[in-house]
Amino acid sequence: MYLSTVGRREHAAKGKLSAVGANVFALGAVSLVTDVSSEMVTAVLPVYLVLGLDLSPAAYGLFDGLYTGATAVLRIVGGYVADRVRRRKVVAGTGYALSAVAKLGLLAAGASAAAIGAVITLDRTGKGLRTAPRDALITLSAPEPLLGRAFGVHRAMDSVGAFAGPLVALAVLAAVGAADPGAFDAVFVVSFCIAAIGVLLLVLFVRDHRTPRADPKAVSPRAAVALLRGSGVRRLLVAACVLGLATVGDGFVYLLLQHEEDIATGWFPLLAVGTNLSYLLLAAPLGALADRIGRLPVVLGGYGALAVVYLLLAGPVSGWPLIAAALALYGAFYAATDGVLMALAGPLLPESLRTTGISLVQTVQALAYFTSSVLFGLAWQFWGAELAIGVAAGGAVVAIGVTFAVLSPRKATA
Amino acid sequence: MKVRILIAVAGVLVLAGAAVAYVGFASARGHDVAATGAVSLSPGPRLLFRSTADADRGHVATVSATDPGGPRTVSPLACSRVYAAGGTGLCLRPDGDLTTYQLVVLDARLASQREIPLVGLPNRARVSADGRMLAWTVFVTGDSYNGGMFSTRAGILDTATGDLAGTLEDYAVTLDGKPYQAADLNFWGVTFTADDRHFYATMSSAGHRYLVAGDFAAHTIRTVRENVECPSLSPDGTRVAFKSAVEGDPARGWRLSVLDLAAAKVTPLAETRSVDDQPAWLDDHTIGYGVARAPGHSDVWSVPADGTGAPRLLIPEAESPAALGP
Repeated sequence: MYLSTVGRREHAAKGKLSAVGANVFALGAVSLVTDVSSEMVTAVLPVYLVLGLDLSPAAYGLFDGLYTGATAVLRIVGGYVADRVRRRKVVAGTGYALSAVAKLGLLAAGASAAAIGAVITLDRTGKGLRTAPRDALITLSAPEPLLGRAFGVHRAMDSVGAFAGPLVALAVLAAVGAADPGAFDAVFVVSFCIAAIGVLLLVLFVRDHRTPRADPKAVSPRAAVALLRGSGVRRLLVAACVLGLATVGDGFVYLLLQHEEDIATGWFPLLAVGTNLSYLLLAAPLGALADRIGRLPVVLGGYGALAVVYLLLAGPVSGWPLIAAALALYGAFYAATDGVLMALAGPLLPESLRTTGISLVQTVQALAYFTSSVLFGLAWQFWGAELAIGVAAGGAVVAIGVTFAVLSPRKATA
Repeated sequence: MKVRILIAVAGVLVLAGAAVAYVGFASARGHDVAATGAVSLSPGPRLLFRSTADADRGHVATVSATDPGGPRTVSPLACSRVYAAGGTGLCLRPDGDLTTYQLVVLDARLASQREIPLVGLPNRARVSADGRMLAWTVFVTGDSYNGGMFSTRAGILDTATGDLAGTLEDYAVTLDGKPYQAADLNFWGVTFTADDRHFYATMSSAGHRYLVAGDFAAHTIRTVRENVECPSLSPDGTRVAFKSAVEGDPARGWRLSVLDLAAAKVTPLAETRSVDDQPAWLDDHTIGYGVARAPGHSDVWSVPADGTGAPRLLIPEAESPAALGP
């Protein structure tokens, strides 16, 4: 395989977004519906646990910490199984179904902290299982020159769902009356029904791309390990790790904005909404741009946007223009990196092990991201916010350099 | 393909119909609470609390201090957390039917004097003895420097001047005598001294939880000692009742204790169950606190403040206790 595929291409297809194929739209619709369902629950879960069940926040934090390591391992195992049985749709569908069942589990768990923890873990397990096979299916469903666009369309649809979820939850709470103890149950029931619609759409409209049966040795633990030996894949993992380390975490970015601007706490939740809106609007255009000028420049540009966000936070600029610019750029960073990185990774991975490879990339990135947010918290504590964010900006610039060095087109065979 | 589309339409209709039907069924089940009388917050031998009984869940009510298990006076006002002293009440409640909250300053007849929007889930509420200073704590899930865990935010309102400190995180903090700054500063459980200027609270940072003394006028906070949470200053100002994490680990629950400020001596109380509440002084010798009985149901218990005796069930189906006065 020529690594030059990640660089500029001579004749990227000119065309409409619809050229990415029906399967990408079907997967996008499934993601949209599923995200409405899961964001509904995410929006009300803290309130439900603390006010509905009188659980202390310490218990809640415990739930959240449960899954980071567990799903990382599971994601890779799920990716490998999907490749092994060559049924990516089945593995992704299992993930979607688990998360749907978890919504009913919340009803059944009642107030038992252990049961709620188990249900939340089940939900995250489902999410961990489905992400890599879904992205692998996207890479197999769209023509290679249009992958950036395909991921852009998918991520934009996904964000629409994430955007609508909390609103649907509020509508349900308003209809039942938030003070009514049954209001949360109603949110969970509606969330389950919507998740079930997502699974139904997947079963009916998403087509599995069964890659031709490779010889059995091509999908074995040994082959999966050998994947790591390919210099193309290794470079990809190095890049994913470096880029994950450059990202300090949404929470910190919003917190810094709030410190910088002294935003009334009432506006705080709206900061994430601003980022989401920018991501939603830019995902498809930036994906198309990546197909046209090359995926690497767009990913690097995305990290450039991130560095600018950090500099804005460290710098003396202030006022609403700063907030708007920071949120727009932060959304642009997500739009230019999240899906585009997958579009860049797909062609570098052999078809027979594509899900495994994508799950490796995503896991490395997630763990690096987790590490960097912990480190940033410590840096803030010991050096103060100004210096910490300055170092983060420097880190983002270094990440651009390293990523360019390891992923820039070369004629080396992988 | 046609068959698939038909199946999809049918399936979506069935599932959407089920969702709508359930919401309709849940909203039809709404119930009205019959208020039983006029609750007064004026000082007197009564205990104020939030009812957790199914019939009037969330409503503010009072009982006689001499017959706490006796007849209750239930008001039409519902709060998630309530406290009152010196004729002023503080009610933290949902703002409309959304997942946002507000704090309401109440006069002695439960009429709203001022409403302030809150971001986060109401958790603690306190009023200074003369009714001038109000403090509250909310849980916030925005500051995700710890991966989705809650952080807390404590605010103070001076009703005499209208001064509002929405969060204590911008106070100048001194830890063990040295200036200290961190991203993960959290404050909760404020309690006021008699001068309406100084207060005690809990501060957490880097996994440690401290009793801190604060100055509302100078905007300063200094640490006093470790592993003291949700302090509550006795009416005579000499002792602090608090909960401390068992062996310093909140995952193992909390033990109620009393700290003598002058002697710096801690006395564990006779209550051995885990209590996750800010204790309230019912008088100079008795502590009141809520203990969960089942999801959404609590009882108010009392225990002597000197470590003797045994816990006693004071008000069944109640939480957020406050003694309105002698």
